[in-house]
Amino acid sequence: MSTSLDSPPELMPPEDEPQLEGHSTFGDRFFRFLATSAGVAIMVALALVFLFLGLEGFPGFDVDPSNYDGKGSFGSLVLALLFGTTYAAIIALIIAVPFAIGVALFISHYAPRWLSKPTAYVIDLLAAVPSVVFGLWGGLAFGPYIQPAHVWLHEHLSWLPFFSPTPSATGRTMLTAGFVLAIMILPIITSLCREIFAQTPRLHEEAALALGATRWETVRYAVFPYARSGMVSAVMLGLGRALGETMAVSMVLSSAPIITLGIIGSENSRTIAAHIAQNYKETTPDKVAVLIACGLVLFAFTFAVNALARYIVQRGERSHA
Amino acid sequence: MLAPLRFERGPRMSTQQKTAGALQHARLPGWAPGVVLTGSAAFGGLVWLLSGNVAFGVAGLILAFLIAMPLWATLVEGRRAGVDRAVTAMVWSAFGVILIPLVWLIWLTVSKGIEAINMEFLTYSMRSVVGDEQGGLYHALLGTLIVTGIAALISVPIGIFAAIYLIEYGRGTKLSKAITFLVDVMTGIPSIVAGLFAFALFALVFGPGRFGLAGGIALSLLMVPTVVRATEEMLKLVPDDLREASYALGVSKWRTIAKVVLPTSIGGIVTGVVLAIARVIGETAPLLVASGFTNNVNTNPVDGPMMTLPVFIYTQYTQATEKGALYAWGGALTLIVIVMLLNLVARIIGKIYAPKTGH
Repeated sequence: MSTSLDSPPELMPPEDEPQLEGHSTFGDRFFRFLATSAGVAIMVALALVFLFLGLEGFPGFDVDPSNYDGKGSFGSLVLALLFGTTYAAIIALIIAVPFAIGVALFISHYAPRWLSKPTAYVIDLLAAVPSVVFGLWGGLAFGPYIQPAHVWLHEHLSWLPFFSPTPSATGRTMLTAGFVLAIMILPIITSLCREIFAQTPRLHEEAALALGATRWETVRYAVFPYARSGMVSAVMLGLGRALGETMAVSMVLSSAPIITLGIIGSENSRTIAAHIAQNYKETTPDKVAVLIACGLVLFAFTFAVNALARYIVQRGERSHA
Repeated sequence: MLAPLRFERGPRMSTQQKTAGALQHARLPGWAPGVVLTGSAAFGGLVWLLSGNVAFGVAGLILAFLIAMPLWATLVEGRRAGVDRAVTAMVWSAFGVILIPLVWLIWLTVSKGIEAINMEFLTYSMRSVVGDEQGGLYHALLGTLIVTGIAALISVPIGIFAAIYLIEYGRGTKLSKAITFLVDVMTGIPSIVAGLFAFALFALVFGPGRFGLAGGIALSLLMVPTVVRATEEMLKLVPDDLREASYALGVSKWRTIAKVVLPTSIGGIVTGVVLAIARVIGETAPLLVASGFTNNVNTNPVDGPMMTLPVFIYTQYTQATEKGALYAWGGALTLIVIVMLLNLVARIIGKIYAPKTGH
């Protein structure tokens, strides 16, 4: 394998000396121009996203208070929505992470060979199902089905703030939304984790087994330490997805921009994305500006989470290098 | 390079070895998990019969297995083996539990969707359909094809050329580092924000309104990073020997890329593009915001709202009627079939043009 991926120009004499030139310099320049401008187009597109969202959303930070859905100011509206967004995502993570890691281990280490590949394929299948279909399933089938569980939780555990509200009669609650979100983010966490698990140096694992470790001890002391940073970043990426997920939440959850810990009542906290989707028909400029401002906040928030995930990966790579 | 380690049962020991091993711990027989699973299944079945609720039955099965297996192992083999068996049981249960929602969802979509789908459903729009009259999703199907087509037209050339820049021209330059970073940022854009952007763009340029084109632009924003990533990976797989052989023959750089590098990696690139299309074709939120909804057939992407399949499902669902739910399932089945077909096509293309690594 050669080391340089670069082309003749590097092998050629420096700039000031006459260059050897092939017969298609125009073609070369033109192609290079095409490729570079495509790259620049991506930068411009992203700059435009910020510019337009900023231009259209900026007025939304300070309009007539009547546009803030009963909240006095943009700050308190966005705070309530941010709470709902984070709350739903965290519930989803609590449910999804143990299963995701379990299934990832299943695929990478535990499953018999003939079952491992089909399982990975099934998880990919889960990732390919559009979110609107998950919303449909959550709203029409899953929510009503686990409604009795809401009642049970309220009857037996109502001393916990999560289960104190009167249980919803439809099952369109934070609990249901958390489950649906969990199923949606599971594939991404699973597929990232299983790739990292499979990369564990085989010698580490064999050394552990040779020392008499059981399978679990091998995983605990050889696989997990190696994969820790990768697992954390996989979870963070799942979190990023859960934060931005719109349709499933807005179809499953009956919500209002309020801050409540209750996850089984008919009044639930609302997420930013669901707030935008539920008000998309708005046409008055002020309300549209508020929605776009909310979108900007969501963008900034998910960006921060994803950046943190990337940072953790990079730090992990350095420590393994 | 060693293949990743897999916990598999080694060759069975002969009876002689088993009895001879005074140094060996007592072990559970190989058929133990099977027996416990059967017992747990019987217990689960009993719970199901008594409670009349299949969910309790499944929960009973899993709980019984999770408790009995480690307990038996602890008694016979000791604490460490018990913990090991507990984790193994949990990993298997996680796998089993995950299958439940998937099977449930697919089964529901197929069984309810088939009820809704017939010739009229696929060839009629919802124009002036009232009450229980037969309508259809023709307008949404058409809209989805147009909007996704626009998205592909915008993002495929940009994505592929940007990847060519990153791999062939911009190695290690500041610009390429910046672009790689921005592609990362783009991957994380929440889909509804992409829709808001397209809406804001069009509102500023043409005045507020929803168009098919705006939806296409929103989707292309989500599609570009996937295309760049897939193409990048494929270009990286092209061996440098090929490039150098071409240069050595005096072929210019762009011809090398166009005639050697791209043809070598075309299969993977096409697969990546098809998968990217399959991913965005089910996006709902951006289209809801940017393209809006209508009951009529609209084939003009710059004139008025355009219906798409995911939005059709959503609007039918929000009707909260029997018929709406039925039509939503019909739309969902159509959408899933399209997505699965695209995935299948991508797989077949990937198989046919699998990168030939000669050495």
